[in-house]
Amino acid sequence: MFELFGISSQALFGQLLIGLINGSFYALLSLGLAVIFGMLNIINFSHGAQYMLGAFTAYFLLQYAGLGYWWAIFLAPIVVGITGIIIERLFLQWLYKLDHLYGLLLTFGLALIFEGTFRNFFGSSGLPYSVPPALQGGRNLGFMFLPNYRGWVVVFSLAVCLTTWFVIERTKLGSYLRAATENPTLVRAFGINVPRMITLTYGFGVALAALAGVMAAPIYNVSPQMGANLIIVVFAVVVIGGMGSIMGAIVTGFGLGLIEGLTKVFFPEASNTVIFIIMAIVLLIRPAGLFGRSA
Amino acid sequence: MLSPGAVPLLAVEGLQAWYGESHVLHGVTFDVIAGEVVTLLGRNGAGKTTTLKSIMGIVGQRTGSVRYEGKELIGLTSDRIARLGIALCPEERGIFASLDVEENLLLPPKVRAGGLELDRIFKLFPNLQERLSSQGTKLSGGEQQMLAIGRILRTGARLLLLDEPTEGLAPVIIEQIGKTIGTLKQQGFTILLVEQNFRFASTVADRYYVMENGRIIDRFANAELEANLDKLHDYLGV
Ligand SMILES: Nc1ncnc2c1ncn2[C@@H]1O[C@H](COP(=O)(O)OP(=O)(O)O)[C@@H](O)[C@H]1O
Ligand SMILES: [Mg+2]
Repeated sequence: MFELFGISSQALFGQLLIGLINGSFYALLSLGLAVIFGMLNIINFSHGAQYMLGAFTAYFLLQYAGLGYWWAIFLAPIVVGITGIIIERLFLQWLYKLDHLYGLLLTFGLALIFEGTFRNFFGSSGLPYSVPPALQGGRNLGFMFLPNYRGWVVVFSLAVCLTTWFVIERTKLGSYLRAATENPTLVRAFGINVPRMITLTYGFGVALAALAGVMAAPIYNVSPQMGANLIIVVFAVVVIGGMGSIMGAIVTGFGLGLIEGLTKVFFPEASNTVIFIIMAIVLLIRPAGLFGRSA
Repeated sequence: MLSPGAVPLLAVEGLQAWYGESHVLHGVTFDVIAGEVVTLLGRNGAGKTTTLKSIMGIVGQRTGSVRYEGKELIGLTSDRIARLGIALCPEERGIFASLDVEENLLLPPKVRAGGLELDRIFKLFPNLQERLSSQGTKLSGGEQQMLAIGRILRTGARLLLLDEPTEGLAPVIIEQIGKTIGTLKQQGFTILLVEQNFRFASTVADRYYVMENGRIIDRFANAELEANLDKLHDYLGV
């Protein structure tokens, strides 16, 4: 144990860990938003609801099928991703040529429907979901106590983020995605089925949200409005990082989580607003975001 | 002018096209025989680019008939058309900024057997090999044009639609592109070339069609070029 500016290391690192955990969710969610926006030109306002659907899917799998966390982390993204694919085919595909506003309104409406429906059936008090047995307990790192599950969330989401970055920036499939983001008409005229790629991209982005939801379930409760609270902050993260930049979304997500944690230690009054203050400053100085390419 | 009985590889008939409300092609009819280099000439705004885009299936609305190897293309989406063996080198070149040169070169998928191997492409355009890891749009205009042509040679497409490949380029590079077109022709590629520079076109073309206001208004073979020079100056306003 040691002290820094009169704050115990336990408290400091504890808050930094909470910041990293929040940052993991910010990064996963803003990454999905960035991928979706890049390909579909749609600001996916139902992202928070899809995160909530991921958590509820984990809950249902456990309640009704006896399938635990490890099944859920694999199945829930697939199930929710498929609902995303259906939404894209039914609704979103008609909006690409219109103003961003239409996609935003449609996905916002869907979010209200999902969240309202779940509130109707499950109320707004959260449902518990326990940490998987393999990750219960924690370890003493000397300077702080690290609950195993929280360590897992940070490491696993970082791995998912970096894998996604690698696939998009360094592989052949990624070169199709990047090219189609720039000029879908030409990529299609080379013989690539761009509409199918767009559909799958939306499914993938939504699956990332659901994955975050599953990971969140043992930390927060499973509740209908869990995504609505989070997504507002995530949109601020996206604005700060800049729409459409993959690495930007990851770095900004983790970075802002940490900044939020530090603020809780040194200036707790501002901890809920610090991200929005940063957003306002970034908007004034670099409207395209820290990593964004100005159009 | 057509040898009787020759079946055209590409037959365009009564092609009309629109951008939204604006009616741009008013019944374009021409054909291209396998192995030919055919040039579309015409002033700015005549509808040459729109003709290529309509063949490729990337114009909002089109009617009439475009047949490739006897197969009707009107009604097909552009990815299906590409997979039949047609490739476009667009006027604005369409090099991707978020891809490096190698990724740009390898982007178009193989649609048929018989495309050029990479080393053949590097023989045609040695500059590309030296700059494989550069960002696509960091290349000079001439190199970008070579990249735009080079990337469609790998795919196995047999009909190449080249939209003003010499526009804005230095004479040495124009000469290199001319030689390339000659080489491609020898290798059996069929080329539909859009040009405003008929001096350049005359070094590679077998036949010409002249477009004006969304229609074909004249046609002649390369051998008849000299005899048609006055008319041509008139058409092109040069
Ligand atoms: N995207 C577009 N939207 C509306 N009109 C267009 C568009 N592209 C071209 N046009 C119009 O169509 C006509 C033919 O253009 P284009 O085919 O590009 O001619 P060319 O290639 O012969 O210079 C022009 O009048 C041009 O203004
Ligand atoms: Mg043109």
